[in-house]
Amino acid sequence: MTDLTSLGVKDIRDGVAKGDFTAREVATSFNAAVAEAAHLNAFIVTTPDHALAAADKVDAARAAGEALGRMAGVPIGMKDLFATNGVQTTAASHILEGFTPRYESTVSQKLWDAGAGMLGKLNLDQFAMGSSNETSFFGNVTSPWKKAGSNAAMSPGGSSGGSSAAVAARIAPAATGTDTGGSIRQPAAFTGICGIKPTYGRCSRWGIVAFASSLDQAGPMARSVEDCAIMLGAMAGFDPKDATSLQMDVPDWEAALNSDLRGKKVGIPREYRMEGTDQAILESWEQGKAWLRDAGAEIVDVSLPHTKYALPAYYIVAPAEASSNLARYDGVRYGLRDLPEGVGLQDMYAATRAAGFGDEVKRRILIGTYVLSAGFYDAYYTQAQKVRALVARDFALAFEQCDVILAPTTPTASFPLGSMNEDPLTMYLNDVFAVPASLAGLPAMSVPATINADGLPLGLQLVGKPFDEQGVLNAGLAIQQRAGFTAKPEKWW
Amino acid sequence: MSVDKATVAKIASLARIRMDDAALERMVPELNGILQWVEQLGEVDTAGVEPMAAVIPNTLRLREDVVDADPLTGGGKREDVLANAPAAEHGFFGVPKVIE
Repeated sequence: MTDLTSLGVKDIRDGVAKGDFTAREVATSFNAAVAEAAHLNAFIVTTPDHALAAADKVDAARAAGEALGRMAGVPIGMKDLFATNGVQTTAASHILEGFTPRYESTVSQKLWDAGAGMLGKLNLDQFAMGSSNETSFFGNVTSPWKKAGSNAAMSPGGSSGGSSAAVAARIAPAATGTDTGGSIRQPAAFTGICGIKPTYGRCSRWGIVAFASSLDQAGPMARSVEDCAIMLGAMAGFDPKDATSLQMDVPDWEAALNSDLRGKKVGIPREYRMEGTDQAILESWEQGKAWLRDAGAEIVDVSLPHTKYALPAYYIVAPAEASSNLARYDGVRYGLRDLPEGVGLQDMYAATRAAGFGDEVKRRILIGTYVLSAGFYDAYYTQAQKVRALVARDFALAFEQCDVILAPTTPTASFPLGSMNEDPLTMYLNDVFAVPASLAGLPAMSVPATINADGLPLGLQLVGKPFDEQGVLNAGLAIQQRAGFTAKPEKWW
Repeated sequence: MSVDKATVAKIASLARIRMDDAALERMVPELNGILQWVEQLGEVDTAGVEPMAAVIPNTLRLREDVVDADPLTGGGKREDVLANAPAAEHGFFGVPKVIE
């Protein structure tokens, strides 16, 4: 029999539906693969029973001749930022250690309703703040990939690094991610998998631990464009419990996949040609243009003049929103409480937050508090919001000349854990190509393109018009078909 | 603009994060590095540009004016709400004494 853990979402779903294997066999295989892979530290908790129970439900439904959901029989990893009923939800922080929600996030509930099961809760950068998975209270996630000729532990990217590591290592066929400023696309690029962030508002934020509410979006991470289309279809949809949820129909992205790009224009933003970008990444970008041209698209130059200001604007807007969102962790309603002997309420707050938040989270709360404080609000926060408007306008103007934009996902391939920690700014710069689409709320995807001379994966990014996930997926599919990316990490764990 | 130790101490106090002297000393250059970097936004001509708060045009909806319209977010959830509290007493959140 085929090794079931080598299969992706579509093959598992279709195989279960046809009766080639049972959902229970699939869940059992992946549970075993997860148990063997503790060295990756991809999971904070594992939930093999959840996966088995969901599988049994699917097998029973099939035996009874009932219609199966679009994710029926597929066990997935759930980023530990989604509230899961009865299962610890931590955002990889000490302050939420032990927090066990009594409710289910909308996105995870939709996935269970579609027949998926949960292998466990995936590790991430603490409160999704980080680009390397080194800020988790529960330890770094190690990428399954190694640099050729080196045994150094590599970064799986962040913040959805448990998700990217698990999917690349074939211990999960797919996983949820969330993207605030690149947290789906950058880890996908680092590990040779696909990941799409839909238009802001497509996926409900209800039950997702909030980081920066005007930016946070959930999305799928999987090993093919088709698998992402299927899973995104199960995750998206209007939710009255999220005030920013889009009240519009969810297209059948899977059914409409089409890699024939004749008549489509692909924009190449000239400002993304930045100093400090690896030569191999620039070459893969050229290759990407050739692939899309081969698929029938016309390549056009476009300009996004405010690109260089997107990242600094993001590092005002996101921390400002985070400082407000994270005010709720006060040691009163849930999570950690640190109550030194004889102190009052205010000191309890301060002690609890000092003990519960990691350094990067504190840094961002302090920045956010500062830029929102009296006397500095206009100079920093209002100016950043205006620059955000200009970044979004750049995209709107560019999309008058093209249908989809092609760019690198990251300026470098993955790097060894611990090698980028000298200065927080160095790490921030890794999201330079990912952040602009986040600020503009646009659908954006990373697909694997090639491996570099060190044997590490490189990704290409596609950015689409608002609500045009289909255009992004279709261009991604055209690249996937031509890139023929089959490299996978050799098992060392 | 740059911050000194006293300013960082004030921000930390506003953010309700206890920080000792060593932590404050460490944070000063880190915050200054970030603040100096974001200062480049000052170069951008934003005259006449409206600050963007919501990126995808959307309007706030009104829900039905009905009690517990959505049972998940309605009332009657005291036990669920208190289930994760570090200290729950008599059906309330327990906190240290706040009045002398």
